[in-house]
Amino acid sequence: MNVTMSQTQILVIGRHPEILQTVVRLVNNNPSWNATGCLTDQEAIASFDKQEFALVLLGGGIEEESEDALCRYFSVNKPDIKIVQHYGGGSGLLSAEIFSAIG
Amino acid sequence: MAQTILHKAETRGHANHGWLSSYQSFSFAGYYNPDRMHFGALRVLNDDTVDAGMGFGKHPHDNMEIISIPLEGDLEHKDSMNNVAVIKNGDIQAMSAGTGIYHSEYNNDRASQVKFLQIWIYPNKRNVTPRYDQLTLNLADRHNKLQQVLSPNADDAGVWIHQDAWFHLGKFDKGIETDYNVKKAGNGVYVFVLSGEVKVNDEKLNTRDALGIWDTDQFKITALTDAEFLLIDVPMSF
Repeated sequence: MNVTMSQTQILVIGRHPEILQTVVRLVNNNPSWNATGCLTDQEAIASFDKQEFALVLLGGGIEEESEDALCRYFSVNKPDIKIVQHYGGGSGLLSAEIFSAIG
Repeated sequence: MAQTILHKAETRGHANHGWLSSYQSFSFAGYYNPDRMHFGALRVLNDDTVDAGMGFGKHPHDNMEIISIPLEGDLEHKDSMNNVAVIKNGDIQAMSAGTGIYHSEYNNDRASQVKFLQIWIYPNKRNVTPRYDQLTLNLADRHNKLQQVLSPNADDAGVWIHQDAWFHLGKFDKGIETDYNVKKAGNGVYVFVLSGEVKVNDEKLNTRDALGIWDTDQFKITALTDAEFLLIDVPMSF
């Protein structure tokens, strides 16, 4: 993985491996963005602790309790983090959601 | 007092991929306009033309209610729930992507284009079990009256989706008018003109123009010429 400092780091979490892979690929189509995809809460928290993310995209299949716990963890540890519920699954909405969130 | 927003046809986004021409009422893919993100729970209204023999390869969706309304030609749908179907003018198809689904859509006709509306509505519940529904509508039921083609209720007319949304189609002769009663408090209606000219209260709309109207219980639609239109009644907050 070739990460440059100027890229916006985006954490993508979703339970569907193929859709997660698609979302990560589509995010990375924009050279200004770099996505890290995680299937589990544990992976997501480990990545979050290791790396400076500007945005978290919550994808499909995440249980409500998990989603609440993840949001709490991210907000407590990085109050300015943007957290967006991603709809559509690697669809035409992705870029607009990211642009809207990070300005 | 009713609030309105006018979206003239020529202000829509446009993507030309050679095989696909897509006019986009709201930000989609390469078209990003922060002022055109959604109308309430209505997130996507793409007016697509697909060349003969071309189509959308297998691709995923989740957590979206996806409705297709063919206007001309036939579109073949295949999905990861083993549904294989052809939708044609007069049909409506609804798909709840929920926890995740793969599908493809192809124009298998080697000679003719397909024109269809692709409409995405935010669901009122995330991570539902994916489902697919398709219905052939009786075209006579929209002549000079409103035909309900979608609702939130499985036992109501038309297909159903996971949202408090209602769609109606109308094919009115010149001079016909009707009142539309908004289906639920807090909902707004996106009026999209498929052909001809209509007036919504005092606002004149041409082909492919749209008017969003909310904070009202009722409005009047008048056909200024022979006209066809789609009403998308959706929650403004969701």
